Amino acid sequence: MSAEASTIDLAARASIWLKPHRIVLILIALALVLCAAFFMRWDWLPQYWEMGLLGIWRALWILAVTCALGFALAVPLGLAQAGGPFWFAVPAKIFCTIIRGTPLLLQLWLLYYGLGSIFPQYPWIRESWLWPYLRQAWPYAVVALTFSFAGYEGEVMRGAFAGVPRGQLEAARAFGMSRWKIFRRIWLPQAFYRALPTLTGETVLQLKSTPLVATISVIDIFAVSSKVRQDTYLTYEPLLLLALIYMTITGILVFVFSRIEARIPVKIG
Amino acid sequence: MLVGLLHSLEIAIGATCLGLLIGTAGAFGKLYGGPVTRDLLAVYTTVVRAVPELVLILLLYYAGTDLINQVLTAIGYQRVDISGLAAGIFVLGFVQGAYSTEVIRGAILAIPQGQIEAARAYGMSPGLMLRRITLPAMLPFAIPGLANLWLIATKDTALLAVVGFFELTLATRQAAGVTKAYLLFYLAAGALYLALSLFSNVIIGRVEAWSRRGMPSVKEAR
Repeated sequence: MSAEASTIDLAARASIWLKPHRIVLILIALALVLCAAFFMRWDWLPQYWEMGLLGIWRALWILAVTCALGFALAVPLGLAQAGGPFWFAVPAKIFCTIIRGTPLLLQLWLLYYGLGSIFPQYPWIRESWLWPYLRQAWPYAVVALTFSFAGYEGEVMRGAFAGVPRGQLEAARAFGMSRWKIFRRIWLPQAFYRALPTLTGETVLQLKSTPLVATISVIDIFAVSSKVRQDTYLTYEPLLLLALIYMTITGILVFVFSRIEARIPVKIG
Repeated sequence: MLVGLLHSLEIAIGATCLGLLIGTAGAFGKLYGGPVTRDLLAVYTTVVRAVPELVLILLLYYAGTDLINQVLTAIGYQRVDISGLAAGIFVLGFVQGAYSTEVIRGAILAIPQGQIEAARAYGMSPGLMLRRITLPAMLPFAIPGLANLWLIATKDTALLAVVGFFELTLATRQAAGVTKAYLLFYLAAGALYLALSLFSNVIIGRVEAWSRRGMPSVKEAR
């Protein structure tokens, strides 16, 4: 997970895994997996295979979009709180507090059922070009998840922006850089490097909140597994597979982020 | 809705307490346990932290109740209906346990080594050392992380609405569905959650100040 782990060379890594008790544990785990494969029912898999892949794709798509949009929103939020005048800082602070103080499920339902029930009352909304989108569930899901990510990440970015040493910014100003250029070349990159380790955690958390969108009828991988459970009356198999899928995605995410983290200059500030 | 809030609170408190117990035991297992314990705990914390809470809740909610019933019928007892409250506390406590294991482990590692060595040198038994030295000394390091976990626990109770447990979010949804005043009820529930979070923040600030008593302030050290 950390940078140290990636520096351990292959031989050392192999010897870590080949300690006697680990071999026994791995064998037990393998036996459990084999038991699960043989004694549980997996005959529903071929039927739902394509749907599952589509579900995974959708979950990843929502994850990517909401993380990107949320981060784009988090930068001004963090900046406003770290160095903005108070009429920027106070609303940003309130936004972050509200988002972080209420459950995501509630925000999601508030947007989907709450706003979703308000919109149809106004004819001008029903006639506008937005209406076909507002009738579907996914825009609400994207908005709710984006806000949630922005709220949490905005707080992180506030700390990151505040953590950039003053001397760096003063030096940049002494070079005669414009404010925008200072922000683009000095402040943002350094804050980003500082925020990167937390960004990994936030992204994994975001991945773990994507199944919530299934409660407002967006068909992601979680909704697919619920459908399988309803159709086949199986309780454990779909859920276990689902857990495995999420673990795999998390593993890949953490690996990718650790690669990115290893590339950034270690000595900052 | 207030009944729902009460249920949410009960679950959050119960889950945090159970999580703390699991976390303390888990942290000690990870630090001082044998190799097998350590590996098993590593698997536990990794798996629980990698899988979405919603999936875990579903899995444990059904698997847990089913397992207990099967064990009971195997021993020859009647099947029992496990109350949603107990199941909810158990499930969330199990999830919280994984997170608090990591928090407490980090906090114990942050204790100056000399304090533990001094306790050993005094001939304290492990239990006494845990009670008198390790737990009080790790508290200031653990409180921020544990406070976060408490806030997460209050918000995770909302997820139990998905398995049909009557807590604040589900109560809101039903009330909103009956009265058709969706926005009003959801906003009210949001305000309740927010009030709970802000109130907890005040309390946590107090507790943290109390747990740091006698420690040199960071500001003065600079």
